[in-house]
Amino acid sequence: MKTEDNLILKVEDIHKSYGNTEVLKGVSFEVKKGETKVFIGPSGTGKSTLLRCINQLTLPDSGRVWLHGEEVTHSGKNINIYRQKMGMVFQNFNLFDHLTALKNVEISLIKVRGMKKKEATEKALEELKQVGMEAQAGLYPAELSGGQAQRVSIARALAMDPDVMLFDEPTSALDPELTGEVLEVMKKLALGGMTMLVVTHEIGFAYSVANEIIFMEKGRILESGPPQKLVNNPRFERTKQFLSRLSELYKLGDEK
Amino acid sequence: MMDMPFLKDVLIPPLLEGLVVTLKLIICSIPFGFVTGILIATGRVYGNRYISFLCKVYVIIFKGCPLLMLLFIIYFGLPSLGISFSPFCAAVIGFVICNGAYNSEYIRGAIQSVKYGQMRAALALGMTMRQAIMNIILPQAMRRAVPGISNEIIYLIKYSSLAYMLTCIELTGAGKIVASRYFKFTFVFMVIGFIYLMLVTIASKLLGMLEKKLEIPGLIK
Amino acid sequence: MSENITVVVKALPFILQGLAVTMSMVLEALFLGLVIGLSLAVGQIYGNKWISGSISLYVWFFRGLPNLVLLFLFYFGLFPLLGLDVSAFVIAVIALGLRSSAYQSQVFRGAIQSLGEGQMLAARSLGMSKCKAILNIVLPQALRIALPGWSNEYPILLTDSAVTYAIGVMEILTRGNLVVSRTYKPMPLYLTCAVIFILLNYGGMKIIHLLERKVRIPGFGNGER
Repeated sequence: MKTEDNLILKVEDIHKSYGNTEVLKGVSFEVKKGETKVFIGPSGTGKSTLLRCINQLTLPDSGRVWLHGEEVTHSGKNINIYRQKMGMVFQNFNLFDHLTALKNVEISLIKVRGMKKKEATEKALEELKQVGMEAQAGLYPAELSGGQAQRVSIARALAMDPDVMLFDEPTSALDPELTGEVLEVMKKLALGGMTMLVVTHEIGFAYSVANEIIFMEKGRILESGPPQKLVNNPRFERTKQFLSRLSELYKLGDEK
Repeated sequence: MMDMPFLKDVLIPPLLEGLVVTLKLIICSIPFGFVTGILIATGRVYGNRYISFLCKVYVIIFKGCPLLMLLFIIYFGLPSLGISFSPFCAAVIGFVICNGAYNSEYIRGAIQSVKYGQMRAALALGMTMRQAIMNIILPQAMRRAVPGISNEIIYLIKYSSLAYMLTCIELTGAGKIVASRYFKFTFVFMVIGFIYLMLVTIASKLLGMLEKKLEIPGLIK
Repeated sequence: MSENITVVVKALPFILQGLAVTMSMVLEALFLGLVIGLSLAVGQIYGNKWISGSISLYVWFFRGLPNLVLLFLFYFGLFPLLGLDVSAFVIAVIALGLRSSAYQSQVFRGAIQSLGEGQMLAARSLGMSKCKAILNIVLPQALRIALPGWSNEYPILLTDSAVTYAIGVMEILTRGNLVVSRTYKPMPLYLTCAVIFILLNYGGMKIIHLLERKVRIPGFGNGER
């Protein structure tokens, strides 16, 4: 774990309701540079909503978010600048279906960053290489497997040189045999020092990669801690039950 | 611009007469257009090579030929061959031919979307081809074709105004006559437009209700 | 019979001049409808409730009105009332274009809505503004999805263009009628006009289908997903 007190992201007391159901009931945490935090918990406990509240794709009802000490919430038009620094990977990829893999990575470099086409292509190819997809650069999303598509979408987010990456159940939409290639890429990223927030059920990944696992239930953080402690010695019975169910499903320790 | 006495005494009475003619035009055309559509569609899907080809040519010709053109041929052209119709009849014939061509496309698509297993199952039960088409395929296909056919009925309401070009004095014609006499074009055509909008809106509501009613649970259109 | 043929041959150059009028009317209206229709679709989906409400009203109005009534309203009513002295051709293009824009907007709206919000979310997550996301991500896809439905506008406009005879635009049917009134040979002349229209329709659709194949991308409308 990094020792320097290098705060990147601060999330404070986020609340969000849809109609009468309160999905987030006051969530706060901090992320330091290079940390990987994994959010686990039953479905419908607001983990994905939380990620979207961080980059304001969903507007929280109250609560604040800071990136490098600058407030992201209520930032008006500046939000487009902050969003570039927070790469997001979606459950169902959301690759731009009319663009090839290469152009998917290129487009925001050109349109948002204002890069020259040639420069953007070079950078995009490099990012695709990072995720092992340079050979498929000319293919359209419909021609890629789920795992390949997700790797391209990771490259697309990385191309903006983000300070933090938000992963919203990146492997949930994949066939089981395809999750490995995506997790591999994520692991490499984490080891390379990228700051990451990951919502996932892949407990094996969480166990081996995360600095901290955060267990969420019913819109709140129930408990959190380093993987070894949380997995082997959770404070709450509910955490224990959930984890044991997860490890049955995802085979804890089945690591490459 | 609002002119109540003009509206009430001068405009409304002829417009009502015209509206009746418009409604007659539409109501006479719908059933024949429907039947024509079914005949052409089944001919195209199940007919032999020649029938199927003829039905295809019918569709190409009458979808390609503007309705107004067709109306002129029927009303002004055919008399030179010794065949003449009243303006009303000529209009209805034109509408039916055109409406049938468009309907047939929806029905054909619907027939082709019914899975072939349905036909096979019917034949396996000992039905003849004709019985299978009438009892199994068409009832399913017609339901799927309903949205398209409803759409064509809406078009028909609007296209019925072309009958005026054959001197059949329906809603548009009745209005045009008043407008020309009193030189109140904008006002009169606004009123006529409003009536058509009402007709179209009411018809879409009714047809929407019909669609709901014909839906089979679990069958996606 | 040979008499009929002579009439047609003699009239053909005059009638064919109408072909240019018909085609430029149709293409101009198509283009006008495209520009307005696309903006309407974007406004209806992304605009606030006042904007989308008034667009719905616009669409309802222009879709519900018969073509002939709209042409009469513009030609005899609104344009003279506003003191606009423009040719019947221009009025025809405007009327047909506005009507077409109402239809086209619904084709585009359906296409945009069929995209799902994921594309927009992904674009925004990369820091694109809403405007950039619509221009670079949403519209390029929506236009491709809309293409088959959109190309239907061509035959509709072509058949509608004949109605502009009623306000005296010198298109194919009007010219045909002029010759008929001089020669009293309706059948051969009308059939000639009809054949021209049918060929324009059939040929135009063939070209459109070729274009559709040209801009095809894997995953769009060819059953790959």
